[in-house]
Formats: sequence, C-alpha cells, structure tokens
Amino acid sequence: MSAAVLTKPALPVTDEGRIGLRANLRHIGALARRNMLQIKKDPESMFDVLIMPIIFTLLFVYVFGGAISGNGNQDEYVNYLIPGLMAMMGMNIAMAVGTGVNDDFKKGVMDRFRSMPIARSSVLIGKIVVELGRMVVAVTILLAMGFLVGFEADSVPGLLASVALSLGFGVSLMWIFILLGLSLSSPQAVQGMAMIVLMPLQFGSSIFAPTSTMPGWLQSFTDVNPLSNLADAARALTQGGSVGNSVWITLAWAVGITVVTAPLAVAKFRKAA
Amino acid sequence: MVVAMTRTTTNAIEVRGLVKHFGDTKALDGVDLDVKEGTVLGVLGPNGAGKTTLVRCLSTLLRPDAGTATVAGYDVVRQPRALRRTIGLTGQYASVDEKLSGRENLYMIGRLLDLSRTEARRRADELLERFSLTDAARKAAMDYSGGMRRRLDLAASMIGSPAVLYLDEPTTGLDPRTRNEVWAEVRRMVREERVTVLLTTQYMEEAEQLAGELAVIDSGRVVAGGRVDELKARVGGRTLRIRPVDQADLQKIADALAAAGLDGVAGAHVTDGAVTVPILTDIQLTAVVTLLGRSGVTLAGIDTQLPSLDEVFLAITGQKATTTQDTATAHELEEVAV
Repeated sequence: MSAAVLTKPALPVTDEGRIGLRANLRHIGALARRNMLQIKKDPESMFDVLIMPIIFTLLFVYVFGGAISGNGNQDEYVNYLIPGLMAMMGMNIAMAVGTGVNDDFKKGVMDRFRSMPIARSSVLIGKIVVELGRMVVAVTILLAMGFLVGFEADSVPGLLASVALSLGFGVSLMWIFILLGLSLSSPQAVQGMAMIVLMPLQFGSSIFAPTSTMPGWLQSFTDVNPLSNLADAARALTQGGSVGNSVWITLAWAVGITVVTAPLAVAKFRKAA
Repeated sequence: MVVAMTRTTTNAIEVRGLVKHFGDTKALDGVDLDVKEGTVLGVLGPNGAGKTTLVRCLSTLLRPDAGTATVAGYDVVRQPRALRRTIGLTGQYASVDEKLSGRENLYMIGRLLDLSRTEARRRADELLERFSLTDAARKAAMDYSGGMRRRLDLAASMIGSPAVLYLDEPTTGLDPRTRNEVWAEVRRMVREERVTVLLTTQYMEEAEQLAGELAVIDSGRVVAGGRVDELKARVGGRTLRIRPVDQADLQKIADALAAAGLDGVAGAHVTDGAVTVPILTDIQLTAVVTLLGRSGVTLAGIDTQLPSLDEVFLAITGQKATTTQDTATAHELEEVAV
C-alpha cells in the first residue's frame, strides 16, 4: 500500500487552455492570410503555377503528341494528356511546398508561432490551404489551355470529379514534401531529393503515354504507381471510360499517405529548432 | 494544488534546478531563479552560457531534462498551453514576418490571440502608434531599420498584454542610438504595463540600465545573483577616465589624486594618455571632479566606463567567463516540448 504512495505519479499535461475548433479555424485563417500576403508581396512565386501548365500542354501536345499517337494525330493525344497533366500539376506544386516550408520555417517568426497559444498543426494547415488554392489556379489554367488545343470532356460532373480527385491526392502529397522540407537542411537539398522521387514517378506512369508499349518489369512498377491510378481515374472520369477501381485506389493512397505523414510532419514541426 | 500555491506567491517566474542537455553539452546545469512580479531580472552571461536555452525552456520551445519552472503559476512542462497565453517573446533574431508590413504582422498576431477583426485592427494601430511606427505601418518589415524592427518585435510581443515578457538580447547588434531607443521602450513597458521581464544580455551596461536584479550565468549555472548595486559594489563599480589637454599634466593629476587621499579612492594610474580611477559611489565621483576643478589642469575629456562582462566575471568568480559553445550551433541540436 505504502509503495503506491511513495511512487510519484507522472502528472499528465493538462487540458487547460485547450484550443477549440472555432479558434483553431480562426488561427488557420490568420496563418493562411499570412501566406497569401507573402505571395502578394512576391508575385514571381506564382510563375510556376501560371506558366507550367501552359508550357507542359504545348510541349507534350505538339512536340511529343504526334509521335506518341502516330501520324501526327495530336487531337487524340490531347484527351489522353490533359487528365494526366492534372495529376502531375498536383505533384509539382506539392514539391514546391517542401522547398517553401524549408525556407520559411527557419525564420524567427516560427519561434513566435511556437510560443503562442495556437495548435502547432495550424501553421502547416494554413500553408496547405493556400497551396491548395495555387493548385486550383494551376488546374484551371491547364484546363483552359487544354480546351484551347482541343480537349473535350465527356461530362461536367466527371470533369469536376477528376479535378477534385487530383486536388485531394495533391494535398496528401504535400504532407510528404512538408515532412521532407522540415527534415532536410536546405531548399536545394529538398529540391534535389524531390527530383529523385518525382522523375521516376512521373515518367514511369501512364501520365504521358499508355503503358502497353513498356517492358514488363516497368509495367509492374507503373501498375502500382499511384500517379498511374490517378491519371487513369481522371481519364476515365473525363472521357467516359470504365472507371474500375482506379478512383478507390487513388483515394486509398491519398488517405494512407496523409494518415502516415501528417502526424510525422506535425511532430517534426514541434521539434524543429 | 501546486498551481494554487504558486499563484499566491509574488514570484512571476520560479525556476528550480533546471537542466537541459544537448548531447554531451550541458546547456543548463541546475539553474535556480526567482523573478518577482513587476520587476526586471537581467540574466547576464557570455555567448554559450545558456541564456537563450533558458528563455526557450521558459517559453515552452524546449522541454527541460530535469528540474521545474513555473511562469505566472503555470508549469512549463505540464501546462504549456495555458502558459503560452501569459507570455510574450522577443528573440535574438526578429520574430516577425519580414515580407509582411508592420500592421499586417501585428494584425495577424492579434488574430492568433483570438482578438476579433475589429479589435485586432484597433490593437495593431494602437501599438504602432505607441512604438512610433505609424509612419512605417504599411512598409514591409524587411525594409525597416534595425531599431524599427526591434520595436516592431516588442510591439508584437505586447499584443496579448502578457504578464511575463522575455527579452533575449534585445539590443545585440544595434548601434548606440538605436539601443537607447529600445531601452526607453522597455522601461516604459515595465512602468506602464506592470509587466514582469526576464532580460538576457551580454552587456553590464544594459543590465544596469534596465534590471533591478541580476543573475550572472556561466556554463549553464547561476554563479552570482542579487541587486545590481550590490553586484556593482562587488565588481568595483565604474572607472573614471580623465584626459588632460597637455600630456605633461598626466602625472600631476595622478599625484594630486593620490595626495588628496579621498575616501575609498585608490589606485589612480596613468594609461593610454589618460588617468583612470576606479569609482564606487557618486560621492566619490563628485569629490574627484571637484579636486580636478581646483587643480587648474585644462581637461580635454572626462568620462566614466562600466566594467566589461569579463571584468564582472573576473571579480565575481575569480576567472574568465568560459565560452563553451556558440548558441547558434546549440539550436540545431534542440528538441522542443509539447
């Protein structure tokens, strides 16, 4: 009996001053506004979002499109490419989040945020909200460009569903790159590391070309590549083909990636000096 | 129960046996401190003494390895959320967003502290006015001068009207005029807001200007503490430097001081084209100056100097301050509490 008295119980962290949902949303809003203002002060940071969809569309449709579809048949390739590029936009912007976080989170203002009565995740979520906005801009420009060069969608709900799926998957990827951004020492290191991951995932997929001409060993990679699934799902949704399991598999990837990497990223942010 | 007890005391900060390691380095090696409500404690020490680590532990940015610390009655480890509501932090490096304007920064912090939009706007304008930043309110913080940036930083720390304010080397790297501005702001904040301040500094002069009490810290330990005048008496106070126009008068002044046998004034000596005299009290200072006036020597300059940090350490510990490691490298090893 007395032993229990002698053992000093570990006192738990109290809930005093816990942050409610409404307050949390307000904090996320204030921090998202900070990221918006940063873009406003530095409009060049929108170049990737504004220019990349245009360049990729023109490049792939007119440089490679004819060769890929055979007989200079670019029109057919546009309908194949645009849903794939939607998948790619998400990945590229998510990568930019990693380098941005790496640079931003070394600043003195982060110490102020960490010493304030706010949930520490709200700093990361505020960033994601704004980056999601950048993704919407990129996909809008991509679709506008696509329609200009002859893209046709089967149905509006299908198109919207494919956009939503691409954005959702893109957000889950952001957590990976935030984790990378908080773990590596410099924006250059993040960029380098991201390229190593990005290149095989992007090109070893069905984004730019059907996988049927690829060798078997590569196909076994492209088949499990979540970007292939996303591109196939977006294609089926916009072109009216058979969706199959591709939508569910993509959603499962998005949820799985978020569940694993989001808590790690928040923990990393807490510990970052 | 513990909370209720500590809240009734008049100590805003209580630190007992605080320890923090970074690998093999003991950044804090059993620190004990008390800061009474409404007072300023100066934590004086060289680079790497543990000053910044102490501030980071007390602001929940670092979790201590051992010991306890309460701020405004809240435990740094067990009640971090409640504690964060009561503190303001101004770091060694400006902790505002460089790209945002002064007003945008203050508004954002107001919103993060749960002020309504109107209230956050009002508070931002009020603080810009009070810290003489109204003219620069719309300029990006990166375009501010060093002094303006520190003032903005102070304003940002004051938005939530904190009970306890940490100032981590607030004037390091500032020119003397700007330093005086920052000091004036800090004094006004203490006087008008009744805020309790823990100030870290490398400069004896800064400690004397702002703090009522001092804790001298070296290698993660408090090596001396007490009221500033007590410590000054132990250290030997100021040094009076007298420069005559004619170098030939140097020895004449020294001899005159020695011959006068002023109470407690001893050890006048000639160095570097000046006579230096250690001074403990204002009465001694007046006596020496009166004597000089009567001596008929024409003076080119006369000034007093406070002892340097090294002299303080030498007097208190009998040895030079040990600069263990640069604080910036320590940061990279840091872990942070919940």
